Amino acid sequence: MNNILSLFTEEFFYATIRMASPVILAATGEVFLQRSGIINLGMESMVIYGAFFGVLGSALTGSGWMGLAAAMLAGTITGLLYGFIVITLKANQSVTGTAFNIVGIGLTSFLARVIWGIRELPVQVDTIKPWSVPILNKIPFIGHILFDHSPLVYLAYILVGVATFVIFKTTWGLKVRAVGENPRAAASIGINVYAWRYFCAILAGCLASMGGAVLSLVDLNMFVDGMSGGRGYFALATVILGRWHPVGAAIGGLVFGAGNALQMRMQAFGVKIPSDLLLILPFVLAFLAVVIFHGKSSAKPAALAKPYEKEATI
Amino acid sequence: MPTAVKMVNIVKSFPGVLANKNVTLEVEKGEIHALLGENGAGKTTLMNILFGLSQPDSGEIFINDQRVSINSPTDAITHGIGMIHQHFMLIPVFTVTENITLGEHSPKEPLLDLETAKNKILEIGKSAGLHVNPDAKVMDLCVGEQQRVEIIKAIYRGANILIMDEPTSVLTPQETDELFVILHQLTEKGNTILFITHKLREVMAISDRVTVLRDGSLIGTVKTKDTNRNELAKMMVGREVFLTFDKNPTHKEEVVLDLQHVYAKNECGLHALKDVSLQVKGGEILGIAGVDGNGQNELAEVIMGLRPLDRGDILIKQRSVKLNTTRDIIDLGVSCIPFLRQKEGLVLTFSVSENLILKEWHNPPITRKGFFDTKAIIDLSKKLIKEYNIKTTGPNAKVGNMSGGNQQKVVLARELSRNPNLVVACHPTHGLDIGATEYVRQQLLKERERGAAVLLISTELDEIMALCDRIVVLFEGQIMGEVAGEKINVDDIGLMMLGVRQENLHHGTLAVAGCSSAETKRCNVTTTEKDTI
Ligand SMILES: Nc1ncnc2c1ncn2[C@@H]1O[C@H](COP(=O)(O)OP(=O)(O)O)[C@@H](O)[C@H]1O
Ligand SMILES: [Mg+2]
Repeated sequence: MNNILSLFTEEFFYATIRMASPVILAATGEVFLQRSGIINLGMESMVIYGAFFGVLGSALTGSGWMGLAAAMLAGTITGLLYGFIVITLKANQSVTGTAFNIVGIGLTSFLARVIWGIRELPVQVDTIKPWSVPILNKIPFIGHILFDHSPLVYLAYILVGVATFVIFKTTWGLKVRAVGENPRAAASIGINVYAWRYFCAILAGCLASMGGAVLSLVDLNMFVDGMSGGRGYFALATVILGRWHPVGAAIGGLVFGAGNALQMRMQAFGVKIPSDLLLILPFVLAFLAVVIFHGKSSAKPAALAKPYEKEATI
Repeated sequence: MPTAVKMVNIVKSFPGVLANKNVTLEVEKGEIHALLGENGAGKTTLMNILFGLSQPDSGEIFINDQRVSINSPTDAITHGIGMIHQHFMLIPVFTVTENITLGEHSPKEPLLDLETAKNKILEIGKSAGLHVNPDAKVMDLCVGEQQRVEIIKAIYRGANILIMDEPTSVLTPQETDELFVILHQLTEKGNTILFITHKLREVMAISDRVTVLRDGSLIGTVKTKDTNRNELAKMMVGREVFLTFDKNPTHKEEVVLDLQHVYAKNECGLHALKDVSLQVKGGEILGIAGVDGNGQNELAEVIMGLRPLDRGDILIKQRSVKLNTTRDIIDLGVSCIPFLRQKEGLVLTFSVSENLILKEWHNPPITRKGFFDTKAIIDLSKKLIKEYNIKTTGPNAKVGNMSGGNQQKVVLARELSRNPNLVVACHPTHGLDIGATEYVRQQLLKERERGAAVLLISTELDEIMALCDRIVVLFEGQIMGEVAGEKINVDDIGLMMLGVRQENLHHGTLAVAGCSSAETKRCNVTTTEKDTI
């Protein structure tokens, strides 16, 4: 009993907050995108591009922050491309997203080999260092858990609040939701459906890649093949589980963070459960969430995954 | 009188159709101007041009005597034009206020300012008699209220010229009356209304002047008080039409269809039919009236064996068919004219003759020893094409390329040439022009005279009242009451369509339920969701 409780230390909670942040970043972008009526199964690719180009940018410039900029640029371009394929070309979104993921994982390992060759240890680069919030980080127990992180981690949580505010309290958010619920109605009063969907696609790509940069420039200081580790898929599940609400999705992200932190600590403590089983746990949860909740929620945008076609006659 | 709208020599073509041929329309300020024409006459096309949803090939538009070019709905709105579409442009999960302010500049931009908006909505509501709760979600409102939201939305955006595309097609008679009161109030305040319809009764009831279109051409503009229904019908169709039918008395004895306490569920597992009991005798037409979506489609489906019975029993010619397949039911002499003729009634990629044999394909003379007898099929098709007056190039023509009226004739030919005992007709004239409508109605009356039992499901009260011997009214899957023969009263039917039971009809203060249930509507939302991803 003592043994199990000892898993839940300050460090465990600290790791939970940190490990949740990439999922939360990706999920926040995905909430916007799905609210606008597009489902992005290709987030996994955007996460791994973020991780890869973050390291590449940092390696080339010697600055972790420039690495982040490179990651965001990569995400923006991927989001734009995804938008072009599903908004303008109206391709099937599930198929497109899946294709993006397959390409993303393959392309990044390939580029890593081409650029850095085959090495025993991957190239190590400058990172985005933690920045403790003065005074607040001295609060007993929660001070360290909440306020000794990298700025990117704080940003993830701040963005959850910003996103909630934008979606529900501003005219922009109302337009995004309208476009996702009934694009024809939105267009009939002069809202540019395509423009808003593109904007959300770019935002989602950019945020997912920032999540990827957390993996490679905050958690580690290098790129590892397939290091996105399913976080993109998990973010998708948290959006559905969280009923298309940024806070709901963030809670899902925290569950993932906690599961991951626990799994790592259990392995470190030598708990006798096959590690493969622990590794798939988050995905089993994600799968169940999609099966159970998909299509039943009234919060689900009514036009989700349906391409919008302009027509002369209505 | 100054003119509010002047459209001069508008030409608009679509691939293969000239939808507007040199149409000129002049609407005076403050009038209710009806735009009358059959389906496909080009009314919606003309109004889409005025609202900037499509561009004319040539022609000029003047608003308040100023030449304007309208390239988008935004342009139209700046010129004070608002359009209330046939299918509402509302977002069901948004509140009334959110729907109305959507896309409008907020005083606190980019923050929403729903309080200010709410007050403005209440103000508009008060001045024009448009009562609606600004905090209600649109999906909880009934159709009449949703339409009011659309009108407020247009006025909120500064519209003083309102285009209403077939606004009554979704309303009950009472809601239509309410709408007419609102329209009069709006014109008294100086608004101009363009009212699109194909219903003569409404033109006579509401409009000051009427412009008639036929086949994309302008037939003329007349003052309503100088014309009458027959003259308008003639302008609209281009020939004399008969607006009433002669019904001969028939011999009604044998009960052909007998529904006993039928319950059935919809896709969401909610009861779409609750304790429905009715009988139809040979030689009579029983009408099912009701606002669309109150269980009519489910009723047709349980009778045809396409939807499982939850409770109760269905007897056809005294035989229980609750365990039978659709094939068995068809073989008992039951024919069906389905609502979605293009999806459920026909295979559009098949030829006329293939569609004509869809029900009897396995019986001689069409099939002999397991093979189709091509000659018999062609002979039969030719006979039916002649008998039912189907306009087509021949038995091998694709049904998908034919007009709606002719497609419906193919369905009728297949279903009625079997000499059925029971005909289940679902919205059989929906979307047809007057000529085809007249033909379909004559055919149903012929079946009745031949001795068949006919169950007629329709949302067109005129149709039901003209054809039926008895009428039952469905509301939320329950029968509200039944009226027969000479005692038919439109107001009573209208109230029952709104959910008032027959026994409560004349009890002084009426407890009007008012809305079809939100539950059913949400179900519709989820069923359409099913085809995502
Ligand atoms: N976007 C379109 N593409 C092709 N044909 C169209 C289009 N819109 C309307 N039409 C055709 O134009 C004609 C007029 O249609 P419409 O204006 O909708 O008639 P109404 O509103 O009077 O019923 C019809 O033959 C219709 O098929
Ligand atoms: Mg029309």
